[in-house]
Amino acid sequence: MRTRAWQGLVLACGVSVAAAQDLPRRSGFEDMSPQTQAMQRDDGQNPAMLWVQDGAALWARAPAAGVSACAGCHGDAREAMRGVAARYPAFDAAQRRPVDLAGRINHCRERRQSQPPWPPEHEDLLALESYLALQSRGLPVAPPDDARLVPWRARGEMLWRERIGQLNLSCAQCHDERAGRRLAGSPIPQGHANGYPLYRLEWQALGSLQRRLRNCVTGVRAAPWPAGSDEWAALSAWLAWRDRGMPIEAPAVRP
Amino acid sequence: MARTLITAPASAKRGDVIELRTLIAHPMETGFRPGADGLLLPRNLVTRFSCRYNGELVFSAELFAAVAANPYLAFTTVATESGSLSFSWEGDHGFAQTETVTLTVT
Repeated sequence: MRTRAWQGLVLACGVSVAAAQDLPRRSGFEDMSPQTQAMQRDDGQNPAMLWVQDGAALWARAPAAGVSACAGCHGDAREAMRGVAARYPAFDAAQRRPVDLAGRINHCRERRQSQPPWPPEHEDLLALESYLALQSRGLPVAPPDDARLVPWRARGEMLWRERIGQLNLSCAQCHDERAGRRLAGSPIPQGHANGYPLYRLEWQALGSLQRRLRNCVTGVRAAPWPAGSDEWAALSAWLAWRDRGMPIEAPAVRP
Repeated sequence: MARTLITAPASAKRGDVIELRTLIAHPMETGFRPGADGLLLPRNLVTRFSCRYNGELVFSAELFAAVAANPYLAFTTVATESGSLSFSWEGDHGFAQTETVTLTVT
């Protein structure tokens, strides 16, 4: 029943997906100040590289005695993981839902390393995620051509266009219709998710896409969905589809 | 140990001006912000940074509450002789860290 309803949505949304494709897409990078852009361009200045450093160490280190490190199976991430982050979120047959890169890392950690999964947005998880995302820097976002993801993207797009919260605003109202204009003095970006996990100056830390989405949801005074819920998965799947072809900037810097 | 990121040339010609850039992971808690419980979070700052070139102080800085987390400092010095460059950060609660890189001058 649920699936059928979603399939109906796919048909309804087909037109708007095509419309989004025609929009000249502009990375949030271009709306930043030259100083912040310089931070992202230069790995020596980008604080996210501190997490990447940790991620590289975690990749090479066995989490417990007798357990293989990530590198034990996958080898050198700089070669083996090139382009992997560009393909997430991907559909996971076992969980019957899309999983993002962090979900995939945790899955591997549970199944192959027999370790407890990290809680969402754990520092180690972010570190490993940023290290893997770095290996896809410059490659185009390439969401998988998987029919099972289609209803999720449609649901994500529906959430993107749905008015929520006390301010009664949808994501699309700012990031599609009013992108390039200003909100309280700050330029409104188009809301592309091609740089996550990223270092946000406001957080003074590295954060995930879900954290950023949560910020926006509470910003319009709506109650955010619980961590790991289907809504976040659907929104992430939709954003990856919306950004397809854009170069990955991870780990990016944003104001 | 806090994570650091140091960008320094491995070699330079004698007399060259070299740029040294450092980044350290540190919360730089100001001591003015309340936490979730309403109480002030204790101050936790890096208060002093210094760089020594073969033991000689070539650059130092005092840092205060207005400096952002993960402070980044970039400065220059003149390459005079081969040796080591040591970077030290000192801060509240006995925070102290030193990182050393080697420089070859030709």
